[in-house]
Amino acid sequence: MKYEHWLDNPLNVKKLWRGFIAVLALTVIAGFFTDLHPHFEIEGWYGFYAVYGFITCLLMILGAKALGLLLKRPDTQYAEDGRDD
Amino acid sequence: MTSAILLHPALILIIGALLLPLLRGAARNVAVLAIPLLALAALWLLPEGRPWQVQWLDYSLAPLAVDKLSRLFATIFALMAFGGGLFALRQESRLEIPAAYLYAGSAIGVALAGDLITVFLFWEFMAVGSTLVLWSAGTPLAWAASRRYVGVHLAGGVILFAGIAGHIAQTGDVAFTAMQADSIAHWLILAGFLINAGAPPFSAWLPDAYPEASWSGTVFLSAFTTKTAVYVLLRGFPGAEILIWIGIFMIFYGIVYALLENDMRRILAYSIVNQVGFMVTGIGIGTEMALNGAAAHAFTHIIYKALLLMSAGAVLAATGRRKCSELGGLFHSMPLTTICGTIGALAISSFPLTSGFISKSMVTQAAIDGHLQMVWLFLAAASAGVFLHAGIKFPWFVFFQKDSGLRPADPPASMRWGMILFAFLCIGLGVWPDPLYAMLPYAVNYVPYTAAHVITQLQLLLFSGLAFFVMLDYLKRTPTITLDFDWLYRVAGPALARRLGGRLSQARAGLDGLAREGANRMTAQIHQHRRPDGLLSRSWPTGGMALWVMVLLLANLVFYYLG
Repeated sequence: MKYEHWLDNPLNVKKLWRGFIAVLALTVIAGFFTDLHPHFEIEGWYGFYAVYGFITCLLMILGAKALGLLLKRPDTQYAEDGRDD
Repeated sequence: MTSAILLHPALILIIGALLLPLLRGAARNVAVLAIPLLALAALWLLPEGRPWQVQWLDYSLAPLAVDKLSRLFATIFALMAFGGGLFALRQESRLEIPAAYLYAGSAIGVALAGDLITVFLFWEFMAVGSTLVLWSAGTPLAWAASRRYVGVHLAGGVILFAGIAGHIAQTGDVAFTAMQADSIAHWLILAGFLINAGAPPFSAWLPDAYPEASWSGTVFLSAFTTKTAVYVLLRGFPGAEILIWIGIFMIFYGIVYALLENDMRRILAYSIVNQVGFMVTGIGIGTEMALNGAAAHAFTHIIYKALLLMSAGAVLAATGRRKCSELGGLFHSMPLTTICGTIGALAISSFPLTSGFISKSMVTQAAIDGHLQMVWLFLAAASAGVFLHAGIKFPWFVFFQKDSGLRPADPPASMRWGMILFAFLCIGLGVWPDPLYAMLPYAVNYVPYTAAHVITQLQLLLFSGLAFFVMLDYLKRTPTITLDFDWLYRVAGPALARRLGGRLSQARAGLDGLAREGANRMTAQIHQHRRPDGLLSRSWPTGGMALWVMVLLLANLVFYYLG
């Protein structure tokens, strides 16, 4: 099957994913061989940055989602009734 | 002095802006590119110090005061005017570039002002210039947004003016130097500065107004107002601790609102608040490293944010669409825009080898050096969050995700070169930060590229990327907006005013009726007693008068005996 762009091919996307996961693993492994000069105690935990980055992002997405439940409105909210004019 | 006036970089841009509408065709295009470069050259020929001082009333003003900090900001403002002008060359509105140059010139004027009165004058000119940029979009939405925008900024200007007047009354000194937030006047000045920085609760004006400008207008708007605010905070309130927490609030406000947003340029507008939050936090930390970091970050941020908005502008100009839910798959036909937008996205996320890496990390380093663990934890989470809300979200939803079927071509040459120039600067500063470090206000004792720093930053960012794709279902775009503080002055305020207005007019009608009735009654009574033959106007017999006099005299006698 001919694809318009090599990125349209699911096989290539799968390869990209594998590459991504390999790089993820590499950054964590590299942390093992490098002196990371931890300043705060928590920074010295193995793989701290990886776990911290992942978890805080999950929390931010969920937090945003929760706030969205309260504050989301259709994007016609201000336009509909011509309040702006 | 005359030569100083002529060579004031701000005046070069402002006078150039006034002359631009007279030119046509190639001459106009040359002038658009030459004016910011002239201003830049004039700026770098200026010696440090105060080459131009004026006595006005009792004050000694210094409309031109140059030191490293002001030169740094004036430089990036002039560069931005050049890049924006190049990108906007094909803009059909003939008002936009002159308005943008007035705006840029005024921003340079603030950066080079040695006294508070000059700061205020250029501050207001900036509000005028930016409003004109908004107007030049020429849409009803832009018009409505510009009215809210100018309202907020004029109110901010009044607050700033009150503060400056109070400061001058207290100290008798107009010089613009570092202050403490220790008096009402100084708090007012701080509040006036912070409103322009997009600090809470007045953050909403920014994502409300900027995305309504034209495809090129938003590029200009993103640069000057907030970064001028960063500049005046750097000079006026370094080390004011409250700024740390204001900055952290702005950082997370920007992330959360950008995550919920659907409009591609509004995502980037929220991320301006987020990025300015990093700078404000740095100013609050207040060490030399932190202030250097805030200044450097303002410099790099102007470039990559302009680049991001240029790529968004190219998409808008080509497709006429601005909502993520209607875009996607544009990498097929807009490869250059995709690459430039992605470079901007990597730079804003502070990936190694981009400009954000060498500037933002100085602020983080300052938090570490100051043993501010809480602040550091917030900043680290925020760095991951930047990648989440701008670094991946913007390019992913605009250029990749589902295929929208749109196949617009890359934009015309002037827009392409604008993007290429800024993409080059993003990478160039990331690879070779020394020229920028040399321009910073304090000596830089910082090495960004250590193995530890690169590895930890990559861990943080890449795992944040993993979180993005794992949670992609939660991030699906919906055609929604998110309510913000501006709801108060867009909906609640007017509704309250209408209702109160209704009540007031009712009350007035009631009072009117009462008053009229009372007046009628009074005239009737007056009429009754004073008409001919009325009680008070009729003629009285003399005998009656004598009788009453006798009664009075008797009463007098009685009281005399009793007393």
